[in-house]
Amino acid sequence: MSASEPTPTGEFLLQAQAHEQARLARYAQRKRVNRVALSLSLLAMAFGLFWLFWILIETIVLGFGGLALDTLTQMTPPPNDAGGLANAIYGSFLMVLLATFVGTPIGVMAGIYLAEFDTRGWLATVTRFVNDILLSAPSIVIGLFVYAVVVTRFRSFSGYAGVIALALIVIPVVIRTTENMLQLVPAGLREAAYALGAPKWKVVISITLKAARSGVVTGVLLAVARIAGETAPLLFTALSNQFWTSSLSEPMASLPVTIFKFAMSPYENWQKLAWAGVFIITLAVLGLNILARVLTRSRN
Amino acid sequence: MTNHPPVKTARSGPLADRIFGWLAKGAALLTLGMLLAILISLTISAWPAIDRYGLGFLASTTWDPVKEEFGGLVMIYGTLMTSLIALLIAVPVSFGIALFLTELSPAWLKRPLGTAIELLAAIPSIVYGMWGLLVFGPLLATYVQQPLQAALSDVPYLGAFVSGPPVGIGILSAGIILAIMIIPFIAAVMRDVFEVTPALLRESAYGLGATTWEVVATVVLPYTKAGVIGGIMLGLGRAIGETMAVTFVIGNFNQLDSLSLFQAANSITSALANEFAEAGAGLHQAALMYLGLVLFFITFVVLSLSKVLLSQLRKGEGVKT
Repeated sequence: MSASEPTPTGEFLLQAQAHEQARLARYAQRKRVNRVALSLSLLAMAFGLFWLFWILIETIVLGFGGLALDTLTQMTPPPNDAGGLANAIYGSFLMVLLATFVGTPIGVMAGIYLAEFDTRGWLATVTRFVNDILLSAPSIVIGLFVYAVVVTRFRSFSGYAGVIALALIVIPVVIRTTENMLQLVPAGLREAAYALGAPKWKVVISITLKAARSGVVTGVLLAVARIAGETAPLLFTALSNQFWTSSLSEPMASLPVTIFKFAMSPYENWQKLAWAGVFIITLAVLGLNILARVLTRSRN
Repeated sequence: MTNHPPVKTARSGPLADRIFGWLAKGAALLTLGMLLAILISLTISAWPAIDRYGLGFLASTTWDPVKEEFGGLVMIYGTLMTSLIALLIAVPVSFGIALFLTELSPAWLKRPLGTAIELLAAIPSIVYGMWGLLVFGPLLATYVQQPLQAALSDVPYLGAFVSGPPVGIGILSAGIILAIMIIPFIAAVMRDVFEVTPALLRESAYGLGATTWEVVATVVLPYTKAGVIGGIMLGLGRAIGETMAVTFVIGNFNQLDSLSLFQAANSITSALANEFAEAGAGLHQAALMYLGLVLFFITFVVLSLSKVLLSQLRKGEGVKT
């Protein structure tokens, strides 16, 4: 890059220099574009993390402030009165537990069908497609469906209807993870069991399902995390209940629906309880998610 | 030869085997049946409204439970507009995040950062809603809406978008919160599809002297086009079906009298969440069911499109899901 002197034959040199300069300019320009793009990408990452931390910090600060021993032991109060969330927490716990027990076996069996029985047939292809749709389908539509089928039939909002709605959300999540995890089990393992003369059901249950155990458990945990925070499907199935009830044939309170009701209200004590509820739910859901991740990680 | 030939044994099998097979098939059929049952039961419940309004329901803006006059345009407009705003924000951001995670991030940071973004997807929507209403909305009103209104209110055309009360509730807030909620979904799909780009292609481009940005823009992006659009569609499907977060911040206002983004409005999901439990059996409930059917139909189409696009990429790649 030395400065060239103009010489009689310098026309060529001048041209070359101009050429070189243009090339350098182009290179600088490309590098500039690259730097801008990468900085924007860094900014996007920061943008995403910013919301996560903002929401978490706000939830912890406001939620922890509303938390007291009474929150866990007292019933939901009328406006401007002291109370807690005990019945809502119990209702949520009961419905999530039952929905998991109902949904998991169905999901696992369907996952087994897709991974072990029929991997390429039309039924498997269609089921996989439908399952992926159901996985992301609006949960409020599930609520409408259960309302139309269960609530109108029995003429009453009930805990059972809530359990069914949540179970319908569990199924696709469990199917997806079970299928994926079973497919990771090496074929040699299956073949070894068949070679020993084991019938198919035994191979599936005590060999492949066992090998994929932690993956399937992860799927169930993720499903629990998903339904623990679901509000929309409970709004017109389990409805809500101001009092303690352990009867599933009555309307039943749940944490998310109670938060919805309390947060939208103008009463200060209700809003405070809603924040406490949000804190509890966020803690539970994120805890389950992290646990699920730890489980799959230790497997690999 | 006393033994059966093995083929025959395998075909008939012990009883336990057949029962197990039926159970598995039954569970798969149940999933299929669920979709059909949802469609059928919604259609039956919505029939009084479908019968009375037909497709005109989708174009009418009247929603008057007292006079029993129903039309769904206000809610459909709200759903589509909030989802559009969400996509406008979420797509570039998700692309940036995916770019960061695949090309820029040091290897030891990839996993924790990826997990952090995925956790954003795990936060229940009711938390977003409450945070949006009580924390984010007021800040948006003071620091974004009021200055924007002051700056743009006299500008023709643009002014119409920022009219209305700047209270932090309405289409814009709902769109922004939806964007935050769908960023993790789109980013996760984009990251996954970027990673299936063969290393050979990428490294050839680097070897020719391309910058990181040029590699992504001219090699990775064209290669993963279908997958990227599939991911965006997945996010769109989520945004359209999201209920609680939107219900908190959209304002539940059943009239469509301005195009302002600050105006309180309504979406299909929040109309259902707010009105359904109180709606008496009859035309009101049927109209809400009709809205639910429309919602299910829209998400079904969007999600199917997403699924088809994503599987196209995988077919070309030959990678097992």
